[in-house]
Amino acid sequence: MNDALMQKMKERINELRKLPGVGSKTIKDVLEENGISRRDFLKWSASMAAMLGLSSSFVPVVAEAAEVSDRLPVLWLHLAECTGCSESLLRTDTPSVDDLIFNYINLQYHDTIMAAAGWQAEENYEEALNKFKGRLILCVEGGVPTKDGGEYLTFGPHAETGLEKLKRTAEAAGAIIAVGTCSAFGGIQAAAPNPTGAVGIHKVLNKPVINVPGCPPSAKNIVGTILYVILFGALPAVDNFNRPKFAYGLRIHDLCERRGHFDAGEFVEEFGDTGAENGFCLYKVGCKGPYTFNNCSRERFNQHTSWPVQAGHGCIGCSEPDFWDAMKPYEKPLADNYLASIDADATADKIGITILTVAGVAIAAHAAISAMKNPKE
Amino acid sequence: MAKRVVIDPITRIEGHLRVEVVLDDNNKIVDAYSSSTLWRGIEVIVKGRDPRDAGFMTGRICGVCTYSHYKAGIVAVEDALGIEPPLNAKLVRTLLDYSLFYHDHIVHFYQLHALDWVDIFSALEADPIKASEEAFKYVPKGYNPIATGADELKEVQKRVASFAKKGDLGPFKNAYFGHKTMRFTPEQNLIALSHYLKNLEIQRIAAQAMAVFGGKNPHPQSLTVGGVTCIMDLQDPSRLGEYLTKFKQLAEWTNRAYYADIVMAAEAYRNEPSVTQKNNLGNYITYKTMQTGKNSFLFDACGYIKDFDLGKFYEIDESKIEEDVTHSWYKDTGFRHPYNGETIPEYTGYVDGESIDGKGDVVHTKVVNPKGKYSWIKSPRYNQEPMEVGPLACMVVNYAKGNERVRKVVDEFLAKTNLPVEALFTTLGRTAARMLQTKVIADYGIEAFNNLVENLKVDQSTVSPYKIDKNKEYKGRFIGDVPRGMLSHWCRIKNGVIENWQAVVPSTWNAGPVDGNGKKGAYEHNLIGMKIEDPTKPLEVIRNIHSYDPCIACAVHVMDVKGKKLGEFRVDPLYGSC
Ligand code: SF4
Ligand code: SF4
Repeated sequence: MNDALMQKMKERINELRKLPGVGSKTIKDVLEENGISRRDFLKWSASMAAMLGLSSSFVPVVAEAAEVSDRLPVLWLHLAECTGCSESLLRTDTPSVDDLIFNYINLQYHDTIMAAAGWQAEENYEEALNKFKGRLILCVEGGVPTKDGGEYLTFGPHAETGLEKLKRTAEAAGAIIAVGTCSAFGGIQAAAPNPTGAVGIHKVLNKPVINVPGCPPSAKNIVGTILYVILFGALPAVDNFNRPKFAYGLRIHDLCERRGHFDAGEFVEEFGDTGAENGFCLYKVGCKGPYTFNNCSRERFNQHTSWPVQAGHGCIGCSEPDFWDAMKPYEKPLADNYLASIDADATADKIGITILTVAGVAIAAHAAISAMKNPKE
Repeated sequence: MAKRVVIDPITRIEGHLRVEVVLDDNNKIVDAYSSSTLWRGIEVIVKGRDPRDAGFMTGRICGVCTYSHYKAGIVAVEDALGIEPPLNAKLVRTLLDYSLFYHDHIVHFYQLHALDWVDIFSALEADPIKASEEAFKYVPKGYNPIATGADELKEVQKRVASFAKKGDLGPFKNAYFGHKTMRFTPEQNLIALSHYLKNLEIQRIAAQAMAVFGGKNPHPQSLTVGGVTCIMDLQDPSRLGEYLTKFKQLAEWTNRAYYADIVMAAEAYRNEPSVTQKNNLGNYITYKTMQTGKNSFLFDACGYIKDFDLGKFYEIDESKIEEDVTHSWYKDTGFRHPYNGETIPEYTGYVDGESIDGKGDVVHTKVVNPKGKYSWIKSPRYNQEPMEVGPLACMVVNYAKGNERVRKVVDEFLAKTNLPVEALFTTLGRTAARMLQTKVIADYGIEAFNNLVENLKVDQSTVSPYKIDKNKEYKGRFIGDVPRGMLSHWCRIKNGVIENWQAVVPSTWNAGPVDGNGKKGAYEHNLIGMKIEDPTKPLEVIRNIHSYDPCIACAVHVMDVKGKKLGEFRVDPLYGSC
């Protein structure tokens, strides 16, 4: 498996080497000019390899791939969103965002950070579409409104709808990454009753879309996915919802620091109680970790500073499809039948259900009793 | 002959915004229109749901001032249910606010606004040694500049030069560099460029500061109706220390870079009319924010001033806050208080027209219909008058009220820059006020932290208990200042679920279209009279609009469908009662 991967990667790099660069210099030249030592660079490559779940034998290949990566231009399109995903990207430190822009990717368009505006911005956009046709990496943030012809979002002096613009841009893309739950699954604006008919972008495109959900996804998951495309020249291995397995392969619950308490049946019963002081499991106050595929419990957020469960709040399931509807209420446990309907990784699910039913009998009973008490709820 | 310039998209903001200006023969703006081009509908989505879920959903109104709407959504419900959270919880919320304000303001100035003031390529011609000496001129007394040593500046030049040589400028392509209204010398540009890059690192510290008690950033997750959930972090002294260290690093950056750069801008741009032209709208409104102790707030004014008059402070009467949609893409007439907000979307789009393109040619484009509806943003009014909100409003209204800390910081800045107090009412003043607000936090904000530590010695509580009575009707609101100005959320709860939710957000006050009385909001009003050097490169307009720190996704969440079925809200019978 590793050999095949290595082979694929090497082929990819050779392919990239043949492509015209966007500038006359390679990343390596630029790095040297900037006084970034080979050692620092390898250190970075090692951390990248580790993040992507690759063994240390891949480090030199990762480094080599990064050196040719400026041949892959990135265009970032904002649809119906809150800009949280871009903000999350801004927090990246391996590589840092300036490194990313100056050295690793060739960011053609991103309207939250680019200098140009108005006609000049439009010009940049069209130029990128023409010049890099077929090899643009398109990152989309935000859901796409489809109701009433998509009139809930327009762009530019000609008032093109978001729907048209997305379709047109996707034509020129070599890879499409849906950054955040909004572009992956529609997100908050698609929650019932979905007044704008917002959907995840894959619903309106006929090309493969790689979903990097999360509200927002961590900087690591965004950057990691972009780098995967660069390194392998292919889309990463994905689950049923097209999420890269390297980031979304496990449940939050699988690596949670409170897991021991879950298994021992020790729960926070109410926020602020002694269970909360002792770091007990948050399942009963609504934690959706057992249903949520993401790596927050391993990678955390903001350079490992914390994550919601550490801060005493349950996971709300933000990397799952339709979580705003499916996971509500966010501070109460879900009914067990939710598990039966979820359709992610089937085997993993079964394991999860077993664990939950064993350790969660008391909870299920509690829920059933409550329901009897107040059937109207 | 009047010419029309359409700027769409306005980039380096949050959300989707179009601005149109009409120019006379001398390229003076005679009319202006602000139009938002996206609508998301979050309030209608919140309806029918568990009130305890609202904060998480309203939080997604904005991922930039992430936390503002989360807190507002939680506090509005607390207000409705009559819950008084423990002091610890209130103070932790303030600490989260600090990290948010730090983050928002420095990212706004350096990453979003700076490229309107700073010519990156001119910085390449600078003498780094001269620049490093010059940097000492701008810092406040007792501080040394940061990230401006000669060696450091040389590295910055080298880095940017080699990037430029690559032949593709990426995000800096097609900018307005070299524009006549850019006034920094090459040395000043170099100082600012170094800070632009350094701030990318500093903003991560601000985000981490939020994550310490917030769990993550963006979109923190440690608030709950009744209090906060981060009890373990509060009982862990090393966690408190982590926050404190980050707070201090941010305070340092504020003094040694942010403050200094604004002083530098004030000096370089004092003769640039497009940024020193006095605003046309002289009304400013703000609400108290950042609780620092049992009964103290860092910014304690809940009021407004009129016609630039700093001598007279008026208290707010909440019943006079209303919204109008005459020129917004919603059905309705007249002004409505947010508790009774009623709006049904009615998109009429843009109309065919002509405007000048980026080459100066007159071309067919879509343009706003000034007689009809032309924006997804509503027009909030106070007593039917337009008001400006934001850090400038916070500073001048607190100044008028006699908030001594604000007065001290503002007066010192005016003295250092040798500017009259009227200079506050300009594009430059608006940009400066955002920094001054940050400086007040840096200088005095630590009080909330100290009070929290004191209080934890005697009281460990983080959440107040409460009960929702399904047979009772509730209504409540949050009002407070967030990084972009006065924000309010208004909710009604019935049968245990949300019946109505309205958010009157800062950017609507500033960016809304003309109202039914023909009165324009701050963006439109304040642009009129400004002269443009080159209609194909309307940098002056962009700089002015950026000075408000536009947040448009936040401005266009608004909708309340009365009399319409809100969809089915499936309630699983297995969900336990509380
Ligand atoms: S996925 Fe979340 S963070 Fe990203 S844009 Fe949507 S609401 Fe904002
Ligand atoms: S239920 Fe949540 S808090 Fe409990 S162990 Fe699982 S992920 Fe952690």
